[in-house]
Amino acid sequence: MPLITYRQALKDGLAEEIIRDPNVLIMGEEVAQYNGAYKVTEGLWERFGDKRVVDAPISEAGFIGLGIGASMLGIRPVMELMFFSFAYVAWDQMVNNAACVRYMSGGLINVPIVIRGPANGGTNVGATHSHTPENQLANFPGLKVVCPATPYDVKGLIKSAIRDNDPVYFMENTLLYGMQGEVPVEEYTIPIGKADVKRAGTDITLIAHGRAVITCLKAAELLATEHEISCEVVDLRSIRPLDEEAILASVRKTHRALLVEENKPFCGVGAQISHLIQDKAFDDLDGPVKRLSSIDAPAIYSDPLEKYQLPNPQRVIEAVLKMI
Amino acid sequence: MSNNTTTEVNQEEEIAPPLDAKALASGRDHPVNVSLKAEGKIRLYTTMVRIRRFEERAVRAYQQGKIGGFLHDYIGQESIAVGCCSLMKEHDHVITAYRDHGHAIAVGMNQNALMAELYGKVTGCSKGKGGSMHYFAPDKNYWGGHGIVAGQTPLGTGLAYALKYKGLKGCCMCFMGDGAVNQGVFHESLNLAQLWKLPVIYVIENNGYSMGTSLARSSAFSDSLAMRAEGYNMAWDTGNGHLIYEVRAKVAAAIERAHEHSLPTLLELKTYRYRGHSIADANAEKYRTKDEIRRTRETKDPISIFKTILLEEKVLTEDIAKDIEKSARDEANNAADYADRSPYPPVEDITNDVYWSVDNPGKHDNHGKIFFND
Repeated sequence: MPLITYRQALKDGLAEEIIRDPNVLIMGEEVAQYNGAYKVTEGLWERFGDKRVVDAPISEAGFIGLGIGASMLGIRPVMELMFFSFAYVAWDQMVNNAACVRYMSGGLINVPIVIRGPANGGTNVGATHSHTPENQLANFPGLKVVCPATPYDVKGLIKSAIRDNDPVYFMENTLLYGMQGEVPVEEYTIPIGKADVKRAGTDITLIAHGRAVITCLKAAELLATEHEISCEVVDLRSIRPLDEEAILASVRKTHRALLVEENKPFCGVGAQISHLIQDKAFDDLDGPVKRLSSIDAPAIYSDPLEKYQLPNPQRVIEAVLKMI
Repeated sequence: MSNNTTTEVNQEEEIAPPLDAKALASGRDHPVNVSLKAEGKIRLYTTMVRIRRFEERAVRAYQQGKIGGFLHDYIGQESIAVGCCSLMKEHDHVITAYRDHGHAIAVGMNQNALMAELYGKVTGCSKGKGGSMHYFAPDKNYWGGHGIVAGQTPLGTGLAYALKYKGLKGCCMCFMGDGAVNQGVFHESLNLAQLWKLPVIYVIENNGYSMGTSLARSSAFSDSLAMRAEGYNMAWDTGNGHLIYEVRAKVAAAIERAHEHSLPTLLELKTYRYRGHSIADANAEKYRTKDEIRRTRETKDPISIFKTILLEEKVLTEDIAKDIEKSARDEANNAADYADRSPYPPVEDITNDVYWSVDNPGKHDNHGKIFFND
């Protein structure tokens, strides 16, 4: 299989869907003529033209709301937020309109929209551009929240997201865009709501999503070679729907769980999963479920401290060693 | 004494001056009104009366404790929804805010389903899941019914975007109150609509009060709200919303601009609501005077005005008007009976209609757990 970047895989997925369905269009700030702030859409405007790849003014509430309205009439807009941190200026549209219209209309109206973009810290840009709102958005029934960690997953999942008839909020990571991975040439999709065991193991389960999966894989490698500890790494891939069976199956096998996320700890994704494990696999546990997240403060600017604030392989290793 | 009397009359006239014959005739000569046959005129009148009686019946049901929550009635503003929606063609769409009963009836929604929705019954138009502020009928090109002030404005812009994207000759009429014009997303919508030349008509139903705050207390420049379109190089117009002929004439021009040139319009129609912001508005007679309400009702009621015009035109007779009145009352009463008799939704309904993929199992390969109720 060819080795391509996360960015390229994502772009290929977008291009394939634009070709497949004439209702698919891309809209966002700098997505067309500028080639994308993070080059995810590079070349797509030249290839597909003004109708399918649309530059929006800096007007998130306006153009996200416009996309939601257009989707109600059957257009499938893929809206780019330059940063998911900017979701907050479009919050009313994203959580009141997109999430609730189907319900409030008794199922008469669908909102087949994708809102995608990077949702991560760790880039030395300060708190306002470093938010990770996956836990907040997953709290809204009606929304789906997807957080792909690898080039293979990002392509298969963006295609499923675009074909989905519900609103899907698709959270990427600027620090993953350059990461390479194997991606097949032939077409494939990955169902939304299916977790993936990225590394099999027997002593402890590390559960993560997004870039924290990569952090866990690095830590698992070091724990295996330096400490002879066998970690299983479960990549959630989507927060909502949540693949409970995959989580429980792994915990029943290893009897220990460490939940790793780049989100903040309070009311984070890990809190939900921790509850799930104690509720459904309590008797299978050999010790308390532990969580590792960003240190609970707004994202710090200072580079070395920001790297420490986020989960990193060293912090994961330390946490695992305390548990075993 | 006589001086005092004169002063009183002047004050009354200042509050709500009566419309003269010239004003009443406004819009009558426009082709959309000239071409109206007697049946068409009667239909406009009937629809306005039906909205009024439906809402009066709903208010009664609220007072009887049959309806809870909010109930924002449209009483006094009927000419706008009826006038605008009467000009809809196949690809024309409507979206509005939470004062949405009038538009729902104007696009042809069934009163039984509307009343049942207010009662929270499963036979409601949204199966009891939306309530007063959230009526929808996509089969009638009616996209709600939105509870957050100005929240519908980018949605309406998006409906117009979709029409243009698909190459359909249509437009979206996006209604709002005067309170919406100070929300940021309204301005974002105007900018996008003109920037991308979208066939959307923003109709400001200016009833003078955003909840309990008068225009003068909420807008830095309150002489004209439509003039804000100038900042976006957008066409704009203002009109007397009490006069259905004028409403139709004004909106017809905007529809033509949308259909023929794919361009937006900001149209401000002056109107008035007799009752509070919602039925729960305890201050409805405090932030404005009782005299203002009474005088406006006496001199500018859109139904009374249109009745007078139709009687003059000899399209309507008092007997026909009585029949219309009776049918409208019966329809509203029957709707209330229907709502009363209807069952509440079953508990299982709470988690239906959230996700398409859950409601359509097997058609979709979702795998994970979507609800977290245990």
